[in-house]
Amino acid sequence: MGTDLVIRDLHVSVEGKPILRGLNLEVKQGEIHALMGPNGSGKSTLAYTLMGHPKYHVDRGEVLLGGENLLAMDASARAQKGLFLAFQYPVTVPGVTLANFLRSAVSAVRRARGQLAVEAAGDGASPQEVLIPMRQFRRELLERMRALGIEEEFARRYLNEGFSGGEKKRIEILQLAMLEPKIAILDETDSGLDIDALRTVAEGIKRLAGPELGVLLITHYQRILNYITPHYVHVLLDGQIVESGGPELATTLEAKGYDWVREKHASVA
Amino acid sequence: MPKVLEERYEVAALKDEYKFGFRDPEQVVYKARKGLSREVVEEISAIKGEPQWMRDFRLRALEIFFQKPLPRWGARLDELNFDDIYYYVKPAEREGRTWDEVPETIKRTFDRLGIPEAERKFLAGVGAQYDSEVVYHNIRADLEKQGVIFMSPDQALKEHPDLMREYFGTVIPPEDNKFAALNSAVWSGGSFIYVPPGVKVEVPLQAYFRINSESMGQFERTLIIVDEGAQVHYVEGCTAPIYTTESLHSAVVEIICKRGSRVRYTTIQNWADNVYNLVTKRAVAYGEATMEWVDCNLGSKVTMKYPAVYMLEPGAHGEILSVAFASRGQHQDAGGKVVHAAPYTTSIITSKSISKDGGRSSYRGLVKVTRGARQARSKVVCDALILDEKSRSDTYPVMEIDEAEVSIAHEASVSRIQEEQLFYLMSRGLSETEASTMIVNGFIEPLVKELPMEYAVEMNRLIALQMEGAVG
Repeated sequence: MGTDLVIRDLHVSVEGKPILRGLNLEVKQGEIHALMGPNGSGKSTLAYTLMGHPKYHVDRGEVLLGGENLLAMDASARAQKGLFLAFQYPVTVPGVTLANFLRSAVSAVRRARGQLAVEAAGDGASPQEVLIPMRQFRRELLERMRALGIEEEFARRYLNEGFSGGEKKRIEILQLAMLEPKIAILDETDSGLDIDALRTVAEGIKRLAGPELGVLLITHYQRILNYITPHYVHVLLDGQIVESGGPELATTLEAKGYDWVREKHASVA
Repeated sequence: MPKVLEERYEVAALKDEYKFGFRDPEQVVYKARKGLSREVVEEISAIKGEPQWMRDFRLRALEIFFQKPLPRWGARLDELNFDDIYYYVKPAEREGRTWDEVPETIKRTFDRLGIPEAERKFLAGVGAQYDSEVVYHNIRADLEKQGVIFMSPDQALKEHPDLMREYFGTVIPPEDNKFAALNSAVWSGGSFIYVPPGVKVEVPLQAYFRINSESMGQFERTLIIVDEGAQVHYVEGCTAPIYTTESLHSAVVEIICKRGSRVRYTTIQNWADNVYNLVTKRAVAYGEATMEWVDCNLGSKVTMKYPAVYMLEPGAHGEILSVAFASRGQHQDAGGKVVHAAPYTTSIITSKSISKDGGRSSYRGLVKVTRGARQARSKVVCDALILDEKSRSDTYPVMEIDEAEVSIAHEASVSRIQEEQLFYLMSRGLSETEASTMIVNGFIEPLVKELPMEYAVEMNRLIALQMEGAVG
């Protein structure tokens, strides 16, 4: 059985205010879903809730990843199980180099997945501290940086400190590539990018997509879908998915805007 | 200690909470009786076979110690009982120049602490002190040939009496403060370093201070003289076993940086949390000389330590990098002092403190510019990171500026680990502890990257040990 993401009747509130009201969605490995919706429809709330941000309170419903109750896990366990979130606004962590951070993160994830030989530990490190051998890590990192057109010097820079919007988004995709998740949520990864940066990021995502990876592409605009053709498109409105269809739905939205959806589903609001 | 307690401490040590908490059976060839008196001081001096001037110096210092009250500022010291401390414990008959000359038990301890290995790998010389005496001292032959001296001050008193008499107690006289007076009265061991003009010691010299006995007072004395245009990097490390009673570590470090010299003094202190650590460190810097203190304070019950640089001639530069980590039951009162006593002198103080589990860290600093020290420039940056609601951080910056033509800057910040940072790191698979440890290590990174690689790695490891069990 694949590591599918199943969301059933999800109700979420933030600081007492209900945002998601009964959302249902299934993302299977190998599928690309686009989730579109106007501002305030609950797109980012869904992203943060799935990843386990403590500020988002699940009032009702369930979320399963590979049949396991995702909601019982903290963010770190969710990542280890194979969930990934590319942030809309990645935070800076001063003093922590991208390379150091990624080596720890990739090691943590691979340890949890049993992909890292624990007995390889030297220097009396305890099993929780075992890291990927430096040489192997460097090789993997540089290879993936090259594929995404990221300069080598970024490995030594502090995480997201002084990165431009486009650089931050590319680094998010780099992390996605390194952590090898089963399901990736991309939260407005296309926002704030100029056309060249958008193409680079989109091509990066396309290269990673495949039978092993399920993608939930959250976006406000249709333009990233010119590069990545989704299998399914959903429209989120006031905390519920009100329309689902194939790629043609995105084209309709592009032509008509969100107003027609709003009018059609006026009863929801 | 009751058996149950004993076991608990052993388990605690095994759990890596303080992995240096092991102890040896007491290694003693001579032990003065508990408490402080004229007789004890005379006994120490007699055992060491000291010249009359040193004996007089000690006795004068003892009087000053008795007269001076405890400092009424800084950390709480009222539980410190001066009568309940052994002031002199001699662990070995003589100081070895090879590790084979060191008694087996003591040698094993330093092996566990990784000292001989570090010496083989990347050090130019090593001193190892165990309780009151230096048990091992060695320096690379090529440096010795160039005239570099690295030995205990006890030995220097015999082999280089003129240098000792000329400089000893000149930078920090016994009158300076109560603990400088105490050290001056009962000092034993430490390091004596002399670097001749123009000689550059490119790799670090290291001293390691280990307390083993219970209720022990360790009073090492370090005197470093770096002659014109010379250069040296000295590193000290320290640990002690865990005891239920208090131990006292009260060192005095005096450094003379002559014209055009460069000196860096790095401390990675990791005392058990029953140790009072009350240390006076001061350097004088002459024309164009650069003095740098890199002071990393982990562990101890109470630390009061403010490394100082007195810039006495034009162009001197002083730099103090201070890291303090205060955990449960600990008060780190640390910082630095810079005194600009000549024109065109410059200084930087950078302090980073971390408080967790109810620990308290204070930055205490002085920037003083005397009249006539024109164009003096000083910059102070202190950043505090507080990990939870129970913990505390304070800043006590003092500025005494008696000259108008100066540039003085002070920046301070207090921060907490942000939920968004934790979430971001955890969303990549790091546990909450790993994520906070990473944020803390990032916080002190600007200072840690100044350390030689081996020490930087050690420092990050020590932070990780401190952070274990910090959250959740």
